Amino acid sequence: MVAVQDVSATIDRGSFFTLLGPSGSGKTTTLMMVAGFAYPTQGEVFVDGKPLAGLPPQKRELGMVFQSYAVFPHLTVFDNIAFPLQIRRARRAEIRQRVGEALELVQLQGYDRRLPRQLSGGEQQRVALARALVFRPRVLLMDEPLGALDKKLRAHMQLELKHIQRHLHVTVMYVTHDQEEALTMSDRVAVMQSGRIEQVGTPAELYEAPASRFVADFLGESNFVDGVIVGAPTAGRWLVRSGGGLEFRGVGAVPLQAGQPVTAAIRPEKLVPVEGPADALQTGAVNTCKGTVEEAIYVGDATRYRVALGADGAVTVKVPNRLGLRRPAEGEAVALAWSPDETRLFPRGET
Amino acid sequence: MSPAPVAAPDAVATVDASLAPERRDAVRYLLILLPAVLVLLALFVYPLLGIVERSAYTPKTGYTLEYYGQIWRVPVYLQVIGRTFRTSALVTLMCLALGYPLAYLLATLRPRVARLLMIVVVLPFFTSIIVRTYAWMVLLGRNGVVNQYLTRLGLTDTPLPLLYNQGGVLIGMTYVLLPYMVLTVYSVMRGIEPGLIRAAHSLGASRWQAFRRVFLPLSLPGIAGGTLLVFILSLGFFITPALMGGPSDVMIAMLIEREVEFTLNWSFASALAVILLVLTLIGFVGYNRIVRLERVFEARD
Repeated sequence: MVAVQDVSATIDRGSFFTLLGPSGSGKTTTLMMVAGFAYPTQGEVFVDGKPLAGLPPQKRELGMVFQSYAVFPHLTVFDNIAFPLQIRRARRAEIRQRVGEALELVQLQGYDRRLPRQLSGGEQQRVALARALVFRPRVLLMDEPLGALDKKLRAHMQLELKHIQRHLHVTVMYVTHDQEEALTMSDRVAVMQSGRIEQVGTPAELYEAPASRFVADFLGESNFVDGVIVGAPTAGRWLVRSGGGLEFRGVGAVPLQAGQPVTAAIRPEKLVPVEGPADALQTGAVNTCKGTVEEAIYVGDATRYRVALGADGAVTVKVPNRLGLRRPAEGEAVALAWSPDETRLFPRGET
Repeated sequence: MSPAPVAAPDAVATVDASLAPERRDAVRYLLILLPAVLVLLALFVYPLLGIVERSAYTPKTGYTLEYYGQIWRVPVYLQVIGRTFRTSALVTLMCLALGYPLAYLLATLRPRVARLLMIVVVLPFFTSIIVRTYAWMVLLGRNGVVNQYLTRLGLTDTPLPLLYNQGGVLIGMTYVLLPYMVLTVYSVMRGIEPGLIRAAHSLGASRWQAFRRVFLPLSLPGIAGGTLLVFILSLGFFITPALMGGPSDVMIAMLIEREVEFTLNWSFASALAVILLVLTLIGFVGYNRIVRLERVFEARD
């Protein structure tokens, strides 16, 4: 069985790089190949231009933080963090100083004599982080390190991790299945599926210009409308006619041609309910359609609408709860407007 | 895994409210334990008290410490007791030396292979200890299989004395007790999270360093439990030293048997048994002091 294939990416020194994907997409396997716990049958891993092939994990000088914390239960916090330094035969005074610095970095001063079982999950994770950083590794590898923490603590740790990474200028390779986490922390993200990288880019690039339907679906939320391309593009925008007879324009994520079946992806917050008559807008460079509000759900910062478009099914529309924005009631007929540039077209048949 | 910090006021309230059901639970547990407690009282504690009483009582003179005085005065008894402890310690060390690597192998092999090997380890339990001891005697005797091979290979001219001496006793006892060591150590090793060894490697530890600094300390509860179990079982061993040892390899259990079977001096046998029990308890307490069993066996979360 092939767990991972055709995975190529370059990570800039001092940057935060994330492998994002659903479980079974090969992100952890990729990380393990970098760490040296799994071996690729083909291909190479380079750090600072030097190949790592043939080097066992202990010679790779890469720090690693595991999801299970993997803090040594029989050692105190101090001895846990001192472990990599003792292995490297650092002098006692140096060990004391650097462990102190590491404890300060993760805000665990005064915890040095405690045993792991006396710590909370979040505190154990900090110990694991300090231990992985204390020997100044070339790259810090993290395998879903925050997966076991509750939501609030996770959000807090995300920011703290980001601060530490910026402060130390350490290169981080991070694995997560949580897209929000990936977007929050990363300089660049590689979205993985079925052992392949679907797309590599900054969080904004991935969100605004997904390269495949999978990325548009996995990262954030998208409405999908199936259709066929009619005619040649104008100014790079293709005209699409949907199965339900809707016509709109959009940009191709890949080269397309007339007559090709496509799927259009539109983010819920890009759809704007507008005051009718919608025909007035038809002349401009804006897509429009008409529908009926089936459902309105108040979610705090926004209201989510489910708008039925007849034969084309229904779309989700997200409107911020702000004065001056039109917020239709359930059962009301409504017109929606959105930009062709925010309509991504993917060839259909491709998943 | 994550110890939930409990807010103090809430906790107090809950405990107060649940006192009554807790007591009901206690009664229920006692009922469940009752049969075992009764059996132990009737078949273990009561006879044990009888032994203690008999060891210090004669029909003629009433209560006396004469038998204990005899054990103290006649050198051979103290020698046998000393030999019993020495032999047990040696057997324990040999079981550890052989059993620890075997358990390590079992714990690190792929589960399917490990399961097969485990069957091999447990297999001897399916035959009677007497049969297995006689099998060893066939192997180790003057004209036994081992000596035949050694002479045929020209490694020795005269058959080696492998039986009816301390070596024979050690081989036999180590063989019988090895599975106890392996199973105890293995069960602890299985509980060691493999991620910890990976973590040690990622932090720069070589295989030996990861073993020495992480695996070995975490397997200490297994070593403690295994050595204790094997040592205590060794102290009371009878069949193997009786069949495979020589006249100078008498252990205390054989002495007790002799008093009961041949001399019919049950009181003296009882005194010896009490001495064995007390020394075992002293050994246990001393061991506990060194190894801190309760800390070692403390439930890991």
